[in-house]
Amino acid sequence: MTETELRIIAANAVQQALFSGATDAECTLSDGSEFSVSVRLGEVEKIKEADSCGAGIRVLLGQKQGSSYTSDLTPEGIEQMVASAIDIARITEADPYAGLPEASELGQLEIDLGLYSPDTLSTAEKIEIAKRAEAAALAFDPRITNSDGASFDSHSGTRVFANSRGFLGSYRSSSCSLSAVPVAKSGDRMERDYWYSIGRDPSKLEAPELVGRLAAERVLRRLGARKVPTQQTTIVFEPRVARSLVGHIFSAVSGDAIYRKSSFLLDKLNHLVAHPSVTLVDDPNIPGLFGSSPFDDEGVPGRRHLVIENGVLKTYLLHTYTARKLGLATTGNASRGLTGSPGTGHGNLYLEPGSMTPKEIIHAVGTGLYVTELIGQGVNTVTGDYSRGASGLWIENGELTFPVAEITIAGNLSQMLENILHIGNDLDFRGSTSAPTLAIGGMTISGAE
Amino acid sequence: MGLSSSFFGQKFGISERDLDRYLGQALDRGADYADLYFEYLATSSISLDESIVKSATQGVSLGVGVRVISGERTGYAYSDDLSPAKILKAAATAACIADSPSKVDTVGLTPTLQHDLYPVLRAPIDQPLEERVLFVKRADAAARFKEPRVIQVQASYADSLRHVLIATSDGKLSFDRQPMARLNVSVLAREGEGTPQQGYSGGGGRVGLDFFTGSNSPEAYALEAVRQAIVQLTAVEAPAGESVVVLGPGWPGVLLHEAVGHGLEADFTRKGTSAFSGRIGQKVASELCTVIDDGTIDSRRGSLNVDDEANPTRHNVLIENGILRGYLTDHLSARLTGTQSTGSGRRENYQHIPMPRMTNTFMLAGSSDPEEIIRSVPKGIYCANFGGGQVDITSGNFVFSASESYLIENGKLTRPVRGATLIGNGPEALQYISMVGNDLKLDQGIGICGKEGQSVPVGVGIPTVRIDKMTVGGTAR
Repeated sequence: MTETELRIIAANAVQQALFSGATDAECTLSDGSEFSVSVRLGEVEKIKEADSCGAGIRVLLGQKQGSSYTSDLTPEGIEQMVASAIDIARITEADPYAGLPEASELGQLEIDLGLYSPDTLSTAEKIEIAKRAEAAALAFDPRITNSDGASFDSHSGTRVFANSRGFLGSYRSSSCSLSAVPVAKSGDRMERDYWYSIGRDPSKLEAPELVGRLAAERVLRRLGARKVPTQQTTIVFEPRVARSLVGHIFSAVSGDAIYRKSSFLLDKLNHLVAHPSVTLVDDPNIPGLFGSSPFDDEGVPGRRHLVIENGVLKTYLLHTYTARKLGLATTGNASRGLTGSPGTGHGNLYLEPGSMTPKEIIHAVGTGLYVTELIGQGVNTVTGDYSRGASGLWIENGELTFPVAEITIAGNLSQMLENILHIGNDLDFRGSTSAPTLAIGGMTISGAE
Repeated sequence: MGLSSSFFGQKFGISERDLDRYLGQALDRGADYADLYFEYLATSSISLDESIVKSATQGVSLGVGVRVISGERTGYAYSDDLSPAKILKAAATAACIADSPSKVDTVGLTPTLQHDLYPVLRAPIDQPLEERVLFVKRADAAARFKEPRVIQVQASYADSLRHVLIATSDGKLSFDRQPMARLNVSVLAREGEGTPQQGYSGGGGRVGLDFFTGSNSPEAYALEAVRQAIVQLTAVEAPAGESVVVLGPGWPGVLLHEAVGHGLEADFTRKGTSAFSGRIGQKVASELCTVIDDGTIDSRRGSLNVDDEANPTRHNVLIENGILRGYLTDHLSARLTGTQSTGSGRRENYQHIPMPRMTNTFMLAGSSDPEEIIRSVPKGIYCANFGGGQVDITSGNFVFSASESYLIENGKLTRPVRGATLIGNGPEALQYISMVGNDLKLDQGIGICGKEGQSVPVGVGIPTVRIDKMTVGGTAR
């Protein structure tokens, strides 16, 4: 369907809801296509290709709200969806804070954010790119004996949003990614690791040979990993894992966590919550990046916010509901899928880079652990308690030495933010959260006795 | 049941001739196998926060996935429109992708024999919404009753009814109606101006609304969530380092899911990328351990009458008295390894390619008295409840996160400790199991397993076990 057709469907759905008795309504539509190919040991393993669409509607009956969704965008499908939302809204209860943004808050960024560029590659070319990435990994070293494959994925789609306060907006976006997952063996132990590249179109991707080689280097340096003794030490997070810390801060500054008193950053607005070298930015307006969009999922234009500035917590991230709960204004951080009510999201949420290179940080740390992978969900953003499985490389005399695995690292997020010792200059945007290399002191490693 | 009286036959007029035509198109370019997966999924959910039923959602999704396999190559396409033109187009796309010289023809479709594990007469979703609204309100009232330290309560109820129709080029035809319901309660408790602590409980399965009574009532879940949060108010730092670990019965069975379950999925084992590849017949656990994956248990969240490739689910022995006996296979991995599917081919929905997955994974009961197990430990940690876990199937390293645990001092449970991650290595961790209790318990029915971007409902279970050595990721020395 064309963007215009989708806009008409969304606007009509909102009108139908009002006609059926809703006092307010908003409709989200998405229409897109996906392609993915994976190759393994030089042969195509899986190819998938499909188009899909869906719609979601939220209706208000005064201060009661309900929502519905459908994968059927025909007039009958939309009609059923609207009826279903109104039907289910009746069983909910009045919530004095429920509602859409004020008309004055609605709007969209007019500049071209560069979110879409057409996919010009043929299937054969995509297969070739994936094969080249895998081949580069396999050829890199004889200890790379196996592969979990390489894949090329692409997606493009249109998002439309309309509400009964007069907003109608839409935008197209595209993305593609290339990844390689080699397996290396030494004795009877195997390891795997990966590298990936992501872009709005294939021309923005790293070369397949580079993706393969970086994946190969990463897996090789894991071979022969051992536990280190239980101890307190400094942990250096490489960017690929440092960005998960940005994600935890996000959970703790989102308005939902604040009004529910379930955040370790509760009541900390305008307080020092991190080392003064820390500045955390949320910016949905940076062209081409993966957290960019011309309006949030309630039709409010997103803005650049300093969430933490020089260590001081300056703002929570809010959408209309949480803003009203806290007596504040929305920060344009509404996020939603097709189903349900909006929640909190972010644009490009990143930690401002510092001036040291990763090598200088490792040198300055002297002794500690350089973490390259974290597993598990042992992070409690209510209390800040942090405990995750880790692997990486041991730092001795300011250099990376042997690989380490089967250990955990633990601490508390409040103290971890205060104990940030060094921030790298290697900020790189590979998704909507980003962070450079970070060194954090005073963490506990659990390992061997 | 015949196709004409099935859900898809009646609602969408799909006939055997249609299925033949679609499969024929899928095999048109040459292939070894093709299948069709039709899915109609209706869901509803209700959520309560701050004692207000703040939102409720219901909706429907519908679609068909077409898969074509040729050798090790899979082509997949789907459509969210069931018109013949769209399905034929999807079939042609999948066929073109798998393109191969080999050639098979469709054979006549025969309904597969399948279980009847969840004969729920009325699925929750077909009953009045008001009854379900009462669940979240009752949970809220119970959580707040007489416990002033509870400062927040969230309760949510969700259910779904999935109809599937699966037809395969080797003649299998299968229909299933898969109900699911789940109620969750999460609370926050605070002592004065101290740090708030969370408690979480819930349950469900492929059940009707009458399931949510007695020990599965909203009140029971609420009180359990409150109990956990209150326990955490006095918790001390978890220990750091290697320790004796005793797992309580039930949900701690997530250990098995992470430590061995994923590593035994045959997509990994056949490619040699799992730490358990090529280890059938070897000792991978202490002889006290027998581990089962069983998709045939009545009404369980992880159970299925038939898997998503039209094979009946089974009671699969993975580890028997410590010896590795079998892997979990789907159609493709079974064919490539010359075995039978273990009925483990699952997918999140019609938009996804099936792969080997767990159903309900548990360890059989042993002979030890659970009290005796705790008494045997001079110094260690007892884990009663867990959150999620994760595994790197290639190295075998896995973690799982304890949400409720206690120190064991001189054979007695003493102080509660804060949440911590436990880490181990799959082929080694179960070798350290030195006692297995006689109290096997399955979880309450809230498990979700994620793999390669696909989530499916699963169950776990375990009796009380003593593990002589495992690394506990706390902060206290």
